[in-house]
Amino acid sequence: MFGAGGGTSAYVEAENADLLVLWGTNARETHPIFFHHVLQGLKKGTRMWSVDPRRTSTAQWADGWLGLDVGTDVALANAIGREIIHAGLVNEAFVRRSTTGFDDYRATVEPYTLERCQEITGVDAELVRELAHAYGRADRAQICWTLGITEHHNAVDNVFSLINLALLTGHVGRYGSGLVPLRGQNNVQGGGDMGAIPAKLPGGYDLGDDEARARFEKTWGVPVSPKPGMHLSQMFDAMHAGTLRTLYCIGENPAESEANATHARHLLEGLDHLVVQDIFRTATADMADVVLPATADWCEYEGTVTSSERRVQRVRKAIDPPGQARPDTHIICAIADRLGHHWGEPTAEEVWDELRSLSLNWHHGMTYARLEEHGGLQWPCPTEDHPGTPLLHARLWAEDPDERGRLAPFMPAEHQPPLDVLTDEFPIRLTTVRVLDAYNSGVQSGGYSSPLRRRESLRMDATDAARLGIADGDRVRVVSRRGAVEAPVAFDPSLRPGLASFTPHFSEEVDINVLTNDAWDTKSGTSEFKATAVRVEPLAQHVATPIAGE
Amino acid sequence: MTATDPRHPAPGSRAPVTPGSSTPRRAPLGGRQGPEGSVLLGTISRMVTVTVDGREVRVPEGATILEALKREGTPAQADTPTLCWAPNMKPINACRVCMVEVEGSRVLVPSCARKIEDGMEVRTDTEKVRHSRRMVLELLASSVDMSQAGADVQRWMEEYGVDAARYGEPAPPSDDRDRRHAGHHEPVDGTVAANVAQPVKVDNDLYVRDYSRCILCYKCVKACGTDAQFTFAISAAGRGFDIRIATEFNAELPDSACVYCGNCIGVCPTGALKSVREHELRENGDWHPEQESVTTTICSFCGVGCNLELHVQRGQIVNVTSPADHSVTHGHLCIKGRFGFQHVQNLADR
Repeated sequence: MFGAGGGTSAYVEAENADLLVLWGTNARETHPIFFHHVLQGLKKGTRMWSVDPRRTSTAQWADGWLGLDVGTDVALANAIGREIIHAGLVNEAFVRRSTTGFDDYRATVEPYTLERCQEITGVDAELVRELAHAYGRADRAQICWTLGITEHHNAVDNVFSLINLALLTGHVGRYGSGLVPLRGQNNVQGGGDMGAIPAKLPGGYDLGDDEARARFEKTWGVPVSPKPGMHLSQMFDAMHAGTLRTLYCIGENPAESEANATHARHLLEGLDHLVVQDIFRTATADMADVVLPATADWCEYEGTVTSSERRVQRVRKAIDPPGQARPDTHIICAIADRLGHHWGEPTAEEVWDELRSLSLNWHHGMTYARLEEHGGLQWPCPTEDHPGTPLLHARLWAEDPDERGRLAPFMPAEHQPPLDVLTDEFPIRLTTVRVLDAYNSGVQSGGYSSPLRRRESLRMDATDAARLGIADGDRVRVVSRRGAVEAPVAFDPSLRPGLASFTPHFSEEVDINVLTNDAWDTKSGTSEFKATAVRVEPLAQHVATPIAGE
Repeated sequence: MTATDPRHPAPGSRAPVTPGSSTPRRAPLGGRQGPEGSVLLGTISRMVTVTVDGREVRVPEGATILEALKREGTPAQADTPTLCWAPNMKPINACRVCMVEVEGSRVLVPSCARKIEDGMEVRTDTEKVRHSRRMVLELLASSVDMSQAGADVQRWMEEYGVDAARYGEPAPPSDDRDRRHAGHHEPVDGTVAANVAQPVKVDNDLYVRDYSRCILCYKCVKACGTDAQFTFAISAAGRGFDIRIATEFNAELPDSACVYCGNCIGVCPTGALKSVREHELRENGDWHPEQESVTTTICSFCGVGCNLELHVQRGQIVNVTSPADHSVTHGHLCIKGRFGFQHVQNLADR
């Protein structure tokens, strides 16, 4: 945000905030150790609000829960913004000095009255007013979010609508105030920082930045195209169009993790050549022409990962890798070698030092020795005597306009309902959720025996089920516009009527991405995992066989 | 659809917001709990002078006696024994092994919890202190199996001359400790040493509870509660010598509120709580702590970036802990971080 793709705050700030808004995140289960910091804040008097369609285990700790309908986040945020404006709670000095585009924003949110918001979101107008006033009046307030915001067809608009609230009230760039996207994977932040985003170079430089690109070209000795490549969703579109015929897939399991999985698998099967490099033989690896076994770098090799607070930390080798598994960098260098580029066999530290020589602002000061000494450093860390930057965008509060730099733009967004529309044929909103003891497609977390683990079930509201004549535990068929799966039902009091959920953790039990919508956000490429329209059909009742003697 | 009233009390919820008073108040901040960061929120500590065993030392106001001893003391003073104290937890004040003399105090004071005051005179090596520490360790050792307590504890028992055998032969193990009610136990006859021996509880795949080794330091209760996890799955049950750590209604762990973060294991000083893996390796004679290496890395799951210490014996990860002094975890983990490593060792999948 504002030119830096990372959260603004260190975790410890959550302990010292006055107000935390956890929006579209069940951090109690998905980011348990971040939530420890939240809990320490609550113990000291921090107020916490949960905005989530489900009454999650996070919501159980909240002062207030806004149970909005799936996919109505922009409408809710805009109504909060409008209420803050009308209540006179705008931080006018901050808006005037440090932001642009306020007038457009005000005009955009003006129609989002509390009453209209209640119609769209289903949230009681008084609750929205209460949260707006709490956020507007708080001295230090953070908004934290995860996939409940980003796995929508309008993911980026959702994020913008939250950023707008922070700009309106000046809740950014100050200790305890911030915008905190909690990352879902141990290096999703680092992967982006290292240039695994089509329009970015390592270190956060835009591909169109001629000066930066020239520096990379000089070091790498090859021209770098200023034209962005494809992100994953575009690659699947290109496979569909027949223009992408070969795929080299590293540490990703799209055969199970892509939305509309039947279609995704069909496209993967149609490729001329599929290479999978992974620590497991995943479902995607089963389809591959070549499988390159990789080490689990977090314990079998070394390198760095970057966390949600932009902290770069080292991973280290503790055990030997199995069989022929090799570190990812070694495999990549060996392939480059076959292609006629002789990169040698650089150590992890040598690779990192090259990155440091190019990422002048974010990583230049982070030597391996300093990462070791400080228990990780938070970027930007431009020089070797720089302490790292726990708090981002403090510049927005600088007196000197030069120091303040580029002003933060309001990005007005309109409410756009989910693309997978609810109809009489598909009346129930299915959303994907994660649970404490499992992780994404389950290839890692399936490896240990968890006493918390239950069989995968369609979780739904008991009154919905009663209307369909379904009892707890009955098997049902769940049908979306793209496919159908069978699963047992489990009643879940965290869900409201009209809302059902699956986890993505056990595709071998229930292949839920057969149902999900692969329509994606044009700005981020993220598919609409969170908002699937389904109907639930009871399967023929199991007739109990009489037991002899009874 | 309408939203459920958020003021409906739910498990774990706190005082509801009163309409009209929803403005958050600035939380009071304790001086030493202040954050690291670019804005100073805590109070500035002034330095105070205390005398320890006749020698003056200066420490920041608000520090405990134990912190003063560890920071400014001689090696012997810094080696003050502790059982219920941990650097990443608030003082619990249960074990009474860290007691010191303070001039003007009628009784010994717990150094882990007592804050220093300007001009305080502390004595750590008097006969009274040494005798008290010996009695605490000796009574614990006579009633609890201390054989898996850490090396520090073993050393302190030797140093303070602990002779647990002088209380007589241990009484036979009991199978009814968990069912005893206050006042219901029979008077002991005094010929054998009363103890807390009972069978190991193995009721899930992740960890065992071996309460024959429990000294009731309460660290597990606090780690499960307000020091870290806020799950409150365990607490103390019973009275007097029958007191024990139990789940609600003494349910088995899978039927309790436990979420298997294992933070209780992480703080247990005596091996009463340990992973099933460690328990089985020990039972089979395959436990080799002398060959153990510990490597710090980062958890492979979510994006919080928890530091993991992988304890490896003979090429296998056997336990996972987290450093108490790291700003992300403060030594505490979740179920995935502590137990979710097995996927790299399931070679059939790789």
